[in-house]
Amino acid sequence: MIDLRHISKTFRKQDEYVEAVRNINLTIERKEIVAVIGPSGCGKSTLLNMIAGLYAPTSGTVVYKGTTVRDVNTDVGYMTQKDNLFPWRTMRDNIAFPLELAGVAKNERAEKADKVIKHVGLDGFETRYPHELSGGMRKRACLARMMLYGAETALLDEPFAALDAQLKLAMHSLLLQLAAESGQTVVLVTHDLMEAVTLADRVLVCTRRPATVALEQRIDLKRPRDVLNVRFTNEFKELYDSLWERLRVEYHEERI
Amino acid sequence: MTALDPNSSSDVARDEPVASPAGKELGGGFMLTCQVVLGIGFLLAWQGVSGRLVDNFYISNPIEVGKRLFGWIADGSLFLHMWATVYATLLGFFIGAVIGVVLGVWLGVSPFTSRLLNPYLGALNALPKVALAPLFVLWFGLGIESKVALAAVLVLFLVFLNTFAGVREVDQDLVDSARLMRATRTQVIMKVIVPSALSWMFAGLKISVPYALIGAVLGEMIAANRGLGYLVQFSGSQFDSAGVFAVLIVIALLAVALNFLVELVQDRMQLWRIVGR
Repeated sequence: MIDLRHISKTFRKQDEYVEAVRNINLTIERKEIVAVIGPSGCGKSTLLNMIAGLYAPTSGTVVYKGTTVRDVNTDVGYMTQKDNLFPWRTMRDNIAFPLELAGVAKNERAEKADKVIKHVGLDGFETRYPHELSGGMRKRACLARMMLYGAETALLDEPFAALDAQLKLAMHSLLLQLAAESGQTVVLVTHDLMEAVTLADRVLVCTRRPATVALEQRIDLKRPRDVLNVRFTNEFKELYDSLWERLRVEYHEERI
Repeated sequence: MTALDPNSSSDVARDEPVASPAGKELGGGFMLTCQVVLGIGFLLAWQGVSGRLVDNFYISNPIEVGKRLFGWIADGSLFLHMWATVYATLLGFFIGAVIGVVLGVWLGVSPFTSRLLNPYLGALNALPKVALAPLFVLWFGLGIESKVALAAVLVLFLVFLNTFAGVREVDQDLVDSARLMRATRTQVIMKVIVPSALSWMFAGLKISVPYALIGAVLGEMIAANRGLGYLVQFSGSQFDSAGVFAVLIVIALLAVALNFLVELVQDRMQLWRIVGR
């Protein structure tokens, strides 16, 4: 469904050229959950920005469902590390924003919003403003907004990096549940290997900048997964260790 | 969900302690008394000095000023002049604010145009706008229109610069996320850019209110047949110092009233402060 063909991206800052991504080839199937992992600052986010059509690749093409992405790709939902909620809108109005843009009547969008709000466990906070919500609640609001938008593909850029361990687990479980319900394709960028193996069907290990794919690993853990206990199984441990082995090389090289 | 989320109860951001209304200091009534006493003392001193230490011709005295004021109130002429000034101030403010906001948003979202116009706008802004007054008299005549124009120009630049800065400060990530949700360009402007620049716009509007009054009064001083600016100019040319002081008092009261109005509006707009966070 998503086809990255020989994409590279070089940023130019005055006279300095920074190559963020080099020659990545990647095909992502429908309903697949792919985790991209690698050292921080290696160009993983750039990859997502190119799939979202926010950046054009310097060379190569991004093909989404058979069409080359040239402008903003409105078929994707994008959740960044920073929660992009509008500070002047209440939580409900934030979540209903995509419906408002589509011209859905006020009553109908409030009704639909309240449904997803309940689904992510934020009921009771509909009229709060983002600054009145905790970090975890804002993340859930972002997820709810993405659900309501009904994007077929979710791009997640280290969405849970700033959350504490318990909350992270809760969010993982919620994410898997939502993705399974809506049949979403998910591309998840993270630097947390545990998170990658827990959630994904396939893990890509990126090298440090410029990012290229160093290793691709299928994660054949059965679904639905129990995010809390899957990590204690032997299969999980084997996958985790072999990936960690490869990842360590990247971190090691970085330090030299 | 709750079973998975042991934090759900403590998940709520703590309500920030409500800021106590600017602590009424002990003895606030005492301060008010002092202020009144100071004012009365000043008036008494003025009355005492006038005609004894300083010539009455220059500084007049409170009794004569009061008489002049009551005379104008009695024959209703004061209200005619006040209304002319208030009208020019408010209309000028309104026109300048609308043009300033529209121009600020428009240039803020069109990098090409703003870079193109940058040197010219800079020059126009550096120009003392008061110097435009003769031109406005030429264009709009001696009537109220030229005063409105002068007030509007003063307001326009302040509001424009603030709005422009606000639009430039908009979080690009918010714009991108709206575009990814199929927002049209108009929707991006109306639902993302304008709301997030609102606190800047209000700041611009707030500081420009006194400038609207300045523009109106100055316009009336240059060429007019009514308005407080005309009255102060006329009194001065008649060597009527009591009249000049009387008008100054009225203008000062008007300025205070306008500021009070702005504060009122601002209190109602508290919500927009959230944006600044």
